[in-house]
Amino acid sequence: MAAIEILGLEKTYTVGFWRKKPKLALRPLHLKVEEGEIFGFLGPNGAGKTTTLKLLMGLVFPTAGSARILGMEVNDPRMKAQIGFLPEQPYFYDYLTARELLEYYGQLSGVASKERSRKVKEVLERVGLPDAAGTQLRKFSKGMLQRVGIAQAILHDPKVVFFDEPMSGLDPMGRREVRDLMEQLKHEGKTVFFSTHILSDAEALCDRVAIIHKGELRGIGAVADLTSSVHGKVELVWEGTKVPQSLRTLDAECHVTGDTVRAVIPEARQDVALEALKREGLRLISLTPVRMSLEDYFVQQLKPSDLAVGVTS
Amino acid sequence: MRLVHIASNTFREAVRDRVLYNLIAFALLMSGAAILVGQISIDIERLVVINLGLTAVSLFGLVIAIFIGIGLVSKEIDRRTLYTVLSRPVRRWEFIVGKFLGLAGTLAVNTVCMAIGVFAALLYVSHHFQKADGWLLVALYFIILQFLIITALALLFSSFSSPLLSAVFAFALFVIGCFAEDLRGFASMTQGVTRWVATGAAYLVPNFSALNVISSVAHEQPVSGQLIFYNTAYALIYAAMALCGAVLVFEHRNLK
Repeated sequence: MAAIEILGLEKTYTVGFWRKKPKLALRPLHLKVEEGEIFGFLGPNGAGKTTTLKLLMGLVFPTAGSARILGMEVNDPRMKAQIGFLPEQPYFYDYLTARELLEYYGQLSGVASKERSRKVKEVLERVGLPDAAGTQLRKFSKGMLQRVGIAQAILHDPKVVFFDEPMSGLDPMGRREVRDLMEQLKHEGKTVFFSTHILSDAEALCDRVAIIHKGELRGIGAVADLTSSVHGKVELVWEGTKVPQSLRTLDAECHVTGDTVRAVIPEARQDVALEALKREGLRLISLTPVRMSLEDYFVQQLKPSDLAVGVTS
Repeated sequence: MRLVHIASNTFREAVRDRVLYNLIAFALLMSGAAILVGQISIDIERLVVINLGLTAVSLFGLVIAIFIGIGLVSKEIDRRTLYTVLSRPVRRWEFIVGKFLGLAGTLAVNTVCMAIGVFAALLYVSHHFQKADGWLLVALYFIILQFLIITALALLFSSFSSPLLSAVFAFALFVIGCFAEDLRGFASMTQGVTRWVATGAAYLVPNFSALNVISSVAHEQPVSGQLIFYNTAYALIYAAMALCGAVLVFEHRNLK
């Protein structure tokens, strides 16, 4: 059974007061996320990521299509007891302390009163806020609120966790910790569905990604598969700062960094370049084919449709 | 159970947002009135204190009911606190009813505290309680029934319109409702279509005038058991209908 199954989910908002106009937020979306996956939902700002998550959470209603999570309808309370959700830029009841907020969410999620205090304590430690348990949320920084948001999403030990821009507002250490946490969740057998526009996070974490732009799915697949296509170029790295004259005539893009040189050359000229390095007595450190990064793939997916596909606005 | 959790959190919010601080203003008002009335009025101290006290209880509660009631839903949507609630096994109707019960509880506690103030002021000016003072409890009970209706209406309006408009609608309905009996009288004097429209409007607006027995109890007039029963049934049915309206709107609302 797929953890998340989206079947032609579509959303059109109506804007304007007198002259109402349709605004397409999500074109029919078909998507399947398997259990135990970390799935990245990528797209630039305004692509439709948050709309998709809101549809899955039952916060907005689809114009067409349907979705199932753990085999149940999105408004089924039995399903909601088994999922966690971190909204984008979360804001919580700021008159509560972190402990009180999590206790409240624990109550709403049906966590037994005997276990609740222990779970709240554990989850606060897990997100690095054990000392802030008794502090009112109005005194929290943006990064701390994000951590509380993550805590409330995993408090009740959900099977599927949805994070909307989970790295937002976090410093580099915080981002690293959240990445580690998401990997831990995967090792615990949970499914993680997260939206982001930070591609390095997705590349580091995800088993599979989907790219969405202007409400339309532009690409989907395993990160390794999407980035496996070769540019037809190789990257040479050697010691020293010297660039042989013969390499300069090979259309090589050379970058000297410290005491190493990186050069990207056409794959067909690889032998010539190696011969030149040997002749000059330069020690080769590595020779690797240049693969497409997730960023390259992302940009490639966004470009053509921008020209061909228009979205009603 | 989730209803109770949502209601108790709403109550906690009101307390922590210092809503009950209005009690300080009320206490000052009642103390001042009791001292002043004792000095300037002869034989009507009791009448003045009851009228002033119960009217103040009603107005203070009304302001809280409207201004918190209109924000119960809209504030949660604006601040997106609702997202983490509705993504849990909480049905939308449970959220609305829980919020309503939370604010109703806050108003009830607030009214009880103010009632103690009224009785204290009454004791100060009269030096003793009399049997007719028991009817004050009925008047206070009717005031709480008014709060139930106005809270449900504020929730209904806030489920589809802006906080400002919701406040205007709720307050306007309160004012019109205070003259509901006059409206019914006017309807009976008209003819044809006007009669139908006026009668419809008269029965549609909440009848707050029937729930206002402040003047009667101040004059030591008893309140009939029949009126207590009818007013209770009326207020509960009216509030339930307004609440159902709020739930119906909210059930179909996209939380953008």
